[in-house]
This record gives sequence, structure tokens and C-alpha cells, in this order.
Amino acid sequence: MSHYYDEHDLSRFGDMGRNAPDLWDKFNDWYQATFQEGSLTGREKALIALGVAHALQCPYCIDAWSQECLEKGSNLDQMTEAVHIAAAIRGGAALVHGVQMRKRNAQLSM
Amino acid sequence: MEAQLELPTRNAHFSPRLSEERFPSFNARLARHGLHPLRATGIEVFQINVGKLCNQTCRHCHVDAGPDRTERMTRDTAEACIRALELTDAPTVDITGGAPELNENFRYLVDASKALGRHVMDRSNLTVLLLRSQSDLAGFLADREVEVIASLPYFLAERTDAQRGAGVFDKSIEALKLLNRLGYGRDPALRLNLVYNPTGAFLPGDQDALEREFKRELDRRYQIRFDRLFAITNLPISRFLDFLLETGNYERYMERLVNAFNPAAARAVMCRNTLSVGWDGQLYDCDFNQMLDETVAFGAPKHIRDFSTELLENRRIVTGLHCYGCTAGAGSSCGGTTA
Repeated sequence: MSHYYDEHDLSRFGDMGRNAPDLWDKFNDWYQATFQEGSLTGREKALIALGVAHALQCPYCIDAWSQECLEKGSNLDQMTEAVHIAAAIRGGAALVHGVQMRKRNAQLSM
Repeated sequence: MEAQLELPTRNAHFSPRLSEERFPSFNARLARHGLHPLRATGIEVFQINVGKLCNQTCRHCHVDAGPDRTERMTRDTAEACIRALELTDAPTVDITGGAPELNENFRYLVDASKALGRHVMDRSNLTVLLLRSQSDLAGFLADREVEVIASLPYFLAERTDAQRGAGVFDKSIEALKLLNRLGYGRDPALRLNLVYNPTGAFLPGDQDALEREFKRELDRRYQIRFDRLFAITNLPISRFLDFLLETGNYERYMERLVNAFNPAAARAVMCRNTLSVGWDGQLYDCDFNQMLDETVAFGAPKHIRDFSTELLENRRIVTGLHCYGCTAGAGSSCGGTTA
């Protein structure tokens, strides 16, 4: 294995069902139900998934959900905004920990 | 089992190295579902492609149409089409191109088909309606209650122009407003349907969801109304195939088509109820086979002058790897999804 990530691995995701088929089926059923149209449209769910994919920095997910967003009719403006939301939450999550830093500083400092 | 009769494709753009050896035979896939050999079930749509002349040069065009193309249906061939149409019970005549309205026999075909009591559809690129030479075209279509099937791949300029050429989106919006003013999309007798083609190497999403999105956005942004949206998959032939190959997307796109094979869509493919006539009178199972020069076969007459309802209505369909484009997911046809 010359590198950890290979784009062809995405199409082999189903291999994960080989040694634990019951668990794989449960995951698949739940996963597919999650992305059915509900209170949110399929297009909105795909944009959320795209944002989460970026927050997780999962190349497989970014690949798959970029395509899915396009297929569901989203445009680059909408997809970019979704990525900014992911980035903003990640940035905010880092920044809010600064409060902990400030508290520690207060505890340790004269 | 009958030998796999996948016919070799003669289109120079279609690389055998990348096709037959790499992906499973379409006929074999049909056979697995008891659909081989695929046969027509009648002629409900009489589709006439009047030629490759077009005022646009779209990047995805499977016809390879453009302003410099000279292939055009003559009056003799157009009259032969009408004589053949009269022999059928086909309720619908579907006129396509190129920009079919630019053919000098387009209006004859419309009037003669209407005189036979047939419903007529015009596959329009929209911008043709704004050409100075076609200033009376929209009124002509409305007067005859011709259904307009209009290409609009997206409700924003960037993606539409990327596929169809700079400035096409603004002109398309202007043409849609013109059609709306004449009653199209508002009067039930004046049907205005849009065609959505993906603007890249991806498949169309759910047709109903896309239609809702287009209706909301076109109304909100431009106060434009239309009846239905047809989501059509880009087939890997001609210019779209060039795009796939040039961008390194070919294999993955084909894999998606093959993996998404849907037997329900295969049962409902448009070639089963459509006959496609080329600009020179050659007969085909569909407009895509026409662009691959794959005429009808297996004993069916190959030219409109030899038309025979008996020999064509249950003819065996000529298939190839490109057929996976019409059987993927919810299916694809000139009228949108099929399954």
C-alpha cells in the first residue's frame, strides 16, 4: 500500500459488509433512511452532508457528497456556503476553547 | 444462451479500448433480467431529426450540431416522413435537430402533422426564438398549439452558459418570457416543458425535486412559469464523450451508469415506442443511435422510403454501451425519467 487514501476505495465501501453483514445491513438501512426526503429535502440533506464531510476532512465523503449535491441540483455558491458553515463551526469550536485557556491563565497567574 | 450481440460502435469518438473491454455488455445485462432481445412495442412517438444546423454549439451536444453543419432534411424526405406518419397511429410527432426550426421544412412538417391530427413537439434551444429571421416563430408555434420542449440546464447563468455558450442563459430567459406572454406554461393547450441536462460528469437527481427547485427559482427570479421539467442523462457519445475523455471522467461516469442499471428503466426505454428518422431519411431506434450511425437492423427497413409499420413496430432494438445512459437510476428518455 503506497498511500493511505485511494479514490477507487470509495467504490469498495461495500467490502465492509463481508465480515459483519448484519451490522453492515443495519448501517445501510439506517443510512438510507436518514437521507430520504423528510422535513428536509434531499438537496438540503446533501448540503449538510457536504458540510460535515469537510468538518471531518474525509476525502471519500467530500468526493461523494460534492457529486451528490450537484446531482440534486445545488450550485457552487450553495456548496461553498455549506463548506463555510463547516469551517466556521470548526473555527468557532477552536476559538471557544480559548475561554478555557483564559480560565487556566487566571488560575495560574498572579 | 444466445450469443451477446452487442454491435460494435462505429462512432469515431467512441474508443473500443475504453468500452467493450472495460464494461459489461448491455445485452448481457438485459439478458440477466429477461429483457434480451429488446424489442419495440409499437410506434407512439414519430421522432424526426431534421438536421445538424444550429445557432448554438453546446459542449454536451450529442448531435455535434452547430452553425457550420450542412446536413439538412430536404422537402422530398420531409414529405416521405409525412407519408409514413400517415401509415401509423403514432399520436405524437417529435421534431428535433440541431435547431429544428432553422430547417426550411420545419413549418411544413408541423402543419402536415397537425393536419393528420397528431400532437407535435418542438425541441427548441430557446435562443432560436430571438433570431431576427425567426421573429414570427413563437406565434407560429402558439397558433398551432405545438408543445415546446426547451433546453435549460440550470436556473443560473454560470452553469447554463458553461454548457451552452456565453450569453445563452440571458437569451433563454428572454425567450421563456416571450413564450409565457403568448400563454405557454399558463394555458393548458400551450405546453412548455424544460429539459434539464447535468452540466458535468454527474447524473441528474430526482426529477420531481429538480422540477420543484426550478419552478421556485424561475418564478422567484424571473416570474417564469412552465409545465414539467424533464431530467435527461447525458449519454457518453459525441461531444459529451469528448468532455468525459478530456477531463478524465470517462471510466468513473461509465461505472456510475453501469452500476445504476435499473431493469424497470430498461423495460421502459423510449426506443421501444419511438422511431427516429434522420435528416437523410435513415431510420433509427433513437436519436442517440442516429448519432452513432447505427440504423435499425435485424430485418427492419432502414430508410423512410421503405417504411413498413409491420416490420418496424415490433423490431428488435439495436443496443450498445451508451444504452446504459437510458437505464441508470430512474431512467432517461426524451421525456425525462422512465421508472
